[in-house]
Amino acid sequence: MPHDHADAPHSLLPPDPALRVNALETLLTQKGLIDPAALDEIIDTYQNRIGPANGARVVARAWHDPDFKAALLADADPVLADLGYYGRQGEHMVVVENTPAQHNMVVCTLCSCYPWPLLGIPPGWYKSDAYRARAVREPRRVLAEFGVTLPADTSVRVWDSTAEVRYLVLPMRPEGSEGMSEEQLAALVSRDSMIGTGLAIAPEVAAS
Amino acid sequence: MSRVHDMGGRFGDGPVTPEPQGAPVFAEDWHARALAITLACGALGQWNIDTSRHARERLAPLDYTRFSYYEKWLAGLATLLVEKQVLSAKDLASATDGSDGTGADRAAPHPLAARALKAADVAAALAKGGPADRPSDVAVAFAPGDPVRCRRPGGNRLVAGGHTRLPTYAVGARGWIVRVHGTHVLPDSAAHGLGEAPEPLYAVAFAASDLWSAPEHPGDEVVLDLWQSYLEAV
Repeated sequence: MPHDHADAPHSLLPPDPALRVNALETLLTQKGLIDPAALDEIIDTYQNRIGPANGARVVARAWHDPDFKAALLADADPVLADLGYYGRQGEHMVVVENTPAQHNMVVCTLCSCYPWPLLGIPPGWYKSDAYRARAVREPRRVLAEFGVTLPADTSVRVWDSTAEVRYLVLPMRPEGSEGMSEEQLAALVSRDSMIGTGLAIAPEVAAS
Repeated sequence: MSRVHDMGGRFGDGPVTPEPQGAPVFAEDWHARALAITLACGALGQWNIDTSRHARERLAPLDYTRFSYYEKWLAGLATLLVEKQVLSAKDLASATDGSDGTGADRAAPHPLAARALKAADVAAALAKGGPADRPSDVAVAFAPGDPVRCRRPGGNRLVAGGHTRLPTYAVGARGWIVRVHGTHVLPDSAAHGLGEAPEPLYAVAFAASDLWSAPEHPGDEVVLDLWQSYLEAV
């Protein structure tokens, strides 16, 4: 482990990353260590079945149902498990609520920890050096790059996901969404609003 | 002391580039394959999540910096496969684009082949996950509101240059407990095959002004999840 070395195993594989993956997949398949059909299944899961729509449904229900929201904020794991949103990279969930006084934002400075069962695979910017380096030190400048400006009397709390706990931001419910159904509300919940780099979508914007 | 992945608070990076919500989950087909191969190899049970994170972190800084995200994953995976003797360096060297093999070597049944993840078991494996909470006989020392300080020096105390989850930017900083998460596997130990050594884990808040010489706003805070052995009472 402390024995770092320059002749790393990856240097034995083809330099082009697409060829590198292909070579590894072929080798592992020939040895019976992976099943290409299982790879297809994993990819299909995160491409088509597990994504931000899950998180949006949770947020919409929290906006719609005060008892659900209270339970979610008090102890998210059993609530999410009941909905079928327990799983890899979402074993220990905490939901943090945005208020006029405090805005929450999530980062993983050490790698790219992210709540997969609720949001799927993280977007490229979440995994970028720029976001990982800057989100903890200058969250407001980062937010500005997402087009978000917070009032001066709103404090920012950045959650650096350094353990196996994963954080989901509960954005503030937008004005003008009174009387909307849970399904209509879910359409106002952007992925970025659940990471804290965005706000919920205003109903008039969603309708246009 | 620190490694290249530990970049929280670093200066010199450019702007963050948002992407629309409808952008493809995998920008390139090979990204999807890299992720799936990594997860499938993890199912062979030869390493844990802490070991796999450390395999990426200890890439040479030049490699870590120049590699895209999934290239880091691939490089970490190659390291693990060879170090855990799942594959040999010779196997990797012979793996070009699939057109060139080592014949007999490749045809021999692999002892781990019986553990290969099957398509029918993928959903169950992903749903099962890998929780990190464990019973522990280490007494919980802190409660919400308690002031604490991150120990200094930081770094892994069991293995020099080893895996740790205390970012350099918080080393020596004073904060306060905001949540008690229960008792979780200690990555500093588990990453190196030294046992899970579970201990209390806390969410600890820090005033931005206690972390940065030029904080953006006096009311801002950063919260980190930190193990009890990373902390000392104030």
